[in-house]
Formats: sequence, C-alpha cells, structure tokens
Amino acid sequence: MARQRLYPLADLEDIPGTKVFTAKRSREAYHLHKFCMSLMKAENRDEFRADESAYLDKFNMTPEQKQGVLDRDLNKLIELGGNMYFLVKLASTDGLSAQKAVSTTSGMSADEYAQMMLEGGRSPEGIRSIRDKN
Amino acid sequence: MARITAGIATSHVPAIGAAIDLGKTQDPYWKPVFDGYEYVKEWAKDNTPDVVILFYNDHASALMLDIVPTFAMGFADSFQSADEGWGRRPVPVVHNHVDLAAHIAEQLVIDEFDITLINDMDVDHGCTVPLSLVFGQPEEWPCKVIPFAVNVSQFPTPSGERCWKLGEAIRNAVKTFPEDLNVQVWGTGGMSHQLHGSRAGLINEEWDQRFLDLLANDPDELIPITRLEYLRETGTEGIELIMWLAMRGALGYGVEEKHRFYRVPASNTAVGNVVYEAKSKE
Repeated sequence: MARQRLYPLADLEDIPGTKVFTAKRSREAYHLHKFCMSLMKAENRDEFRADESAYLDKFNMTPEQKQGVLDRDLNKLIELGGNMYFLVKLASTDGLSAQKAVSTTSGMSADEYAQMMLEGGRSPEGIRSIRDKN
Repeated sequence: MARITAGIATSHVPAIGAAIDLGKTQDPYWKPVFDGYEYVKEWAKDNTPDVVILFYNDHASALMLDIVPTFAMGFADSFQSADEGWGRRPVPVVHNHVDLAAHIAEQLVIDEFDITLINDMDVDHGCTVPLSLVFGQPEEWPCKVIPFAVNVSQFPTPSGERCWKLGEAIRNAVKTFPEDLNVQVWGTGGMSHQLHGSRAGLINEEWDQRFLDLLANDPDELIPITRLEYLRETGTEGIELIMWLAMRGALGYGVEEKHRFYRVPASNTAVGNVVYEAKSKE
C-alpha cells in the first residue's frame, strides 16, 4: 500500500510569493532552461550578446519566455516555469551578481535588498503560509 | 578497513567562491565570513583525509535539465570545475576514488538505494566552494573526492529522513571497504535562504540556530522535519540542509563538535559551518 503523504501537495502552493520548482514547472520551462544552460559556453554567450533575438530563435521557447529574456524580467520567467539556478546563468552573462539577480525579483531595489541582507535578511514572520497568515 | 573519521558541514554560496578567486577575502564585507572558516582550515591541515564523500546539489550545471537523478554519485576519474556563466573557477581538478565509489554503489543497492552513476560531468560551486573553504587555494586538492549529488531543487526532492538513511547506508558501505582509508563526509548547502520572489532574502536565524543546536547530539529531532517545513521556515533553497543530515547520518551516534560558525549574510544566504569528529573511529 502506498504510504500517506505527510501534507497535501497543494500546500507547496501555500507559501507567499513563492513558486516551488516542481517537475511540472520544469517541463513548462524546458526550452527556456535549455537556452539558459547554453550560456555555460563562452562562444554561446558571445553569440547571444551579438544578436539576442536571433540567438533565442534557435530555441523552442514560447514568445512570452523569449520576451521575458529580452526584458530580463526574471519574475515573469519564474511565472512561466523558470528556476533561479537556470536564470542566474543569464544574469551571469550580463555580469550581474546572484544577489543583484535575486533582488530584481523581490520588488526592492538592489541597494535596498543588499541593505536588508546586511541587517540580517528578511524575517519569516507572517510569510510562512498564505492560509495561516503566519 | 576504511573508516569515517569526521564530518564537515558548510554552506556553498557561489559568491564565496568568487570572493576567494578575486582575492576579496579580507574586504570588510567578506572578512567576517572567512574569519569563521579559519578554524576548519587549520583543523584540515592536521586532519587531511584520504577521501571526502561530498554531498552537494548541482545548480543546473550538469543535472536538473535533461536528467534529474534523486541521488547521483560521480563515477568519472576526475571532474572539472563547471563554467556557470562567467568562466570556470580557477581551482584544481577534482579526482575521484573510483574503487571506493564502486564499492559504495554496490553496497547502496544492497541497502535499497538504487543509485545513479555519472561517468561524465563538471562539478559546480556546490562542490568546489566547500573544497576552497576548507583547503584554501592549493595547486592540487590534498585528497580524493567522491562528488555525491542530491536533488534538492526540483520537487519531488528526497526527504530529510531519506537523506539521513542514505548517510547511514554510506557509513555501512565505507566500513566494509577493505582498504585502509581515512574518509570524511561533508554535507554542503544551506542555511536559510530563498532566491526568488517577495520572500527573497528570507533568513530564519532562530530556526538555523536550533538546527545547529540539535545536529550534533540530538539529530533524531531533525530527521522528521518535512520538506514543506524546510520551505516555509528556511526558504526554497534552505532545504539544502537535508544534505547536512546525510553527513550526520554517516557519522554514527556519537560525535564531538569541534567547531560551529554562523554568519548572516553572504550574498543571499545564512552561512553555517560545523566540524564534527566521530567518536567511534571504526
């Protein structure tokens, strides 16, 4: 007999402002992520920088995903299935630190975000659960 | 016989690797982090193992896209540092202990861990940053390393309890390897951090400190923590801490805590480092 789940799977969607990277999201973003991982080669980074749209057209991404890349809209890309470990390769190609890349998804400026981290980071109080508001 | 003598846990923040590679360890931002690692660097000089079994997660460098193994052991002779988008880190090639890895693979299957073996991969900051933090910047790493990748990024990930049992199974496997080897087990990643969205930058020091308090002598209290609790309390990437449980599970019951360090922040992350020596040296 199958073991019981310790919590409903739906609870993974109950964390405020958080997209847990599931197998389903991975599938949605497969071609976006294929593009991101292509940036692990210097010659591909050069080719992408030279003509971003032409380079993106080599990948079977959705138009929304392509636009998200062109706009460097990481939140949009996460909404479309993206995961930060892939997306950070795009940020690295742009010469952005991981902290700056992450800050662009937080609704804060890079400086505000960096200052928050220096002051001990973001408290978990009130942002553990949408349902329980704790 | 081979024996597990000690365990290290450490965060593996990529910016720490960049700070080392760019000579910024004494900058005001970084100095407090690297000061916390002086102990383990000194300790490692007197306690250099023959082999490190290094639990880490691949960050979409070799895995996560086409193949997503839950538990995967590096089986190549050697592993280069990955180009994660800004060039390869200038660190030595990681050399495997293939005979021990093969033995562990055999024993793990007997223990019902049907392990994936990887014959060709680069290792990313998850593996190389801990090596730099402990061994500094040598020409060659002073020991063999078996990279052991755990999927902590794409759900379903394994549970903390499963990682603990993996550690126990690896302990049993090492103990039955006939060659006389001094083996350390390292758990890497964590502590609390989240890398996206309106919760980005989440740090839960109280939770992290409790984890550190219990890991050495009361790990039984940590084993049942659900994946959901890691996500809620420590952020989506804080779940990397399940790899610390794999390390602790591999050390057996009694450990002596030689060192503990905790610091916020390094980039987006709460940094933790512990050094444990196994009381039973068998």
